[in-house]
Amino acid sequence: MTDPNTTLSHVDIADLAAHDKPYLDANELVINMGPQHPATHGVLRVILRLDGEKVLGLECVIGYLHRGVEKIGEHRTYTMFNPYVDRMDYVAAVSNGLGYCETVEKLLNVEAPPRAQHVRVILTELNRIASHQLWLGTHALDIGAITPLFYTFRDREEILKIYEKYCGARLTTHAFRIGGLQYETYTGFEKEVKNFLSFFRPKIDEYEELLTTNRIWVERTKNVGAISAEDCIALGVTGPVLRASGIKWDLRKAQPYANYKNFDFEIPVGTNGDTYDRYLVRMAEMRQSVRIIEQAVDALPEGPIMAKVPKVMKPPAGEVYHSIEAPKGELGYFIVSDGSTQPYRVRVRPPSFVNLQALDLMCRGELVADVIAVIGTLDIVLGEVDR
Amino acid sequence: MIAKLKGSYGSGIEPLTYAGQNYMVVDRSLIPEILQVLRNEEQFDYCVDITAMHYPQREKQFDVVWVLYSFARNERIRVKTQIADGANLPSSVPIWAGANWLEREVYDMFGIKFEGHPDMKRILLPDGWKGHPLRKDYGILQQDNEWVQINLGIESGQ
Repeated sequence: MTDPNTTLSHVDIADLAAHDKPYLDANELVINMGPQHPATHGVLRVILRLDGEKVLGLECVIGYLHRGVEKIGEHRTYTMFNPYVDRMDYVAAVSNGLGYCETVEKLLNVEAPPRAQHVRVILTELNRIASHQLWLGTHALDIGAITPLFYTFRDREEILKIYEKYCGARLTTHAFRIGGLQYETYTGFEKEVKNFLSFFRPKIDEYEELLTTNRIWVERTKNVGAISAEDCIALGVTGPVLRASGIKWDLRKAQPYANYKNFDFEIPVGTNGDTYDRYLVRMAEMRQSVRIIEQAVDALPEGPIMAKVPKVMKPPAGEVYHSIEAPKGELGYFIVSDGSTQPYRVRVRPPSFVNLQALDLMCRGELVADVIAVIGTLDIVLGEVDR
Repeated sequence: MIAKLKGSYGSGIEPLTYAGQNYMVVDRSLIPEILQVLRNEEQFDYCVDITAMHYPQREKQFDVVWVLYSFARNERIRVKTQIADGANLPSSVPIWAGANWLEREVYDMFGIKFEGHPDMKRILLPDGWKGHPLRKDYGILQQDNEWVQINLGIESGQ
């Protein structure tokens, strides 16, 4: 018997070969990109299987931000649940509120008055710009471009100032109510929105100038994380990711809600479905949002802002699924009512949750650094993924 | 389209409408065939959502709902089926790849297993979690009290 104290560090190769499985698989390295990581946009754990620096496959472990929102929904009345939905996609809270309010309005069979729907469109499109600005800043930061972060957050500040003046909150706005709006737009609302648009329009050109033809940006994003249109449809991926893969589909045009059919705008589409195309699609979407807000602010109708809804809401028993085009994709609400004041089941179909499934497919064969770029380009918000 | 499906499957399908939205309640035995037909022949190529509801007073306690959308027709439809507690459903992952995480979440929250799923395990809750939270008999206070008692050794103040 050899003395273990002197031969502890020696591994007997012949012994290893006798095992069925190799003791150390030198080909595949499993690395944990843990829940706390500056570039995962939240608490997302990604387990990477690497061959050197090339990704062979990855597995996402989510649930670190699971707050049981759907369970809470069963124990709150419809109006009480309204603030909770803002907290799911906390980056773009107004869209969540719009989806929820519209779904409950469908259950109650009421329609928000025209002025309310108009203001809803303005706030939701501002929200889309704000969400894409945050996306642009953080995505560029992950890839290494530090400057856009400061510029885009400055623009986001302007939008958040408008929100604060309107409803008192910057981030989790609770801007809409079931049946319309609670607050009338403040004096100077149209003027401020118009000022913001004239301030913001040249900024998009500025960001495009910084990034679109930038050699480093193009090298890091072209042909990275490409996904084909068939894979997108099969996986249920929606939003700018789907549009960048070539499918011209936007819920605002396909199944219009909240007054969108009165506005003239285009749907930007990409060709390759890679990170660069997703960047271009989102930049173009911001321009289209500016266009919609312009049209909306000029044509703001007069009238009431709240429809006649009962104080105690008891929708008749039934179930409704309604979805909107959130900045990240198709945000759906499936609410089942049993006739009482509290919903029987609130199901939120989050776009980020379904889009994140595509991460594995998009990262196969890419380098580790590209995984960061792809997570950024999917534009996920863990609050929405986990609820 | 509904008429054609009703013609093929007769009593197994019950088409309904509520609030302008079409959905059908199908017999458990028709799953997954009806889903295959919807995807392959009727072009419902996008599986929007898979979810479930729990009705503890009913004999068949769970309602499982598939929300499907067809790009070509610009139409959304829901397929609903009722299963008993402890029953399994065949997985839709071979039909739509995106059903993967959606079914995992249904399992996590309700305990409904999908046979043939490549990775049937919990997704949102930690792996060792006991119970399925979205069931109606899962009390949220019970879970909190238990945790406080085990970990802090006191009675919970709730």
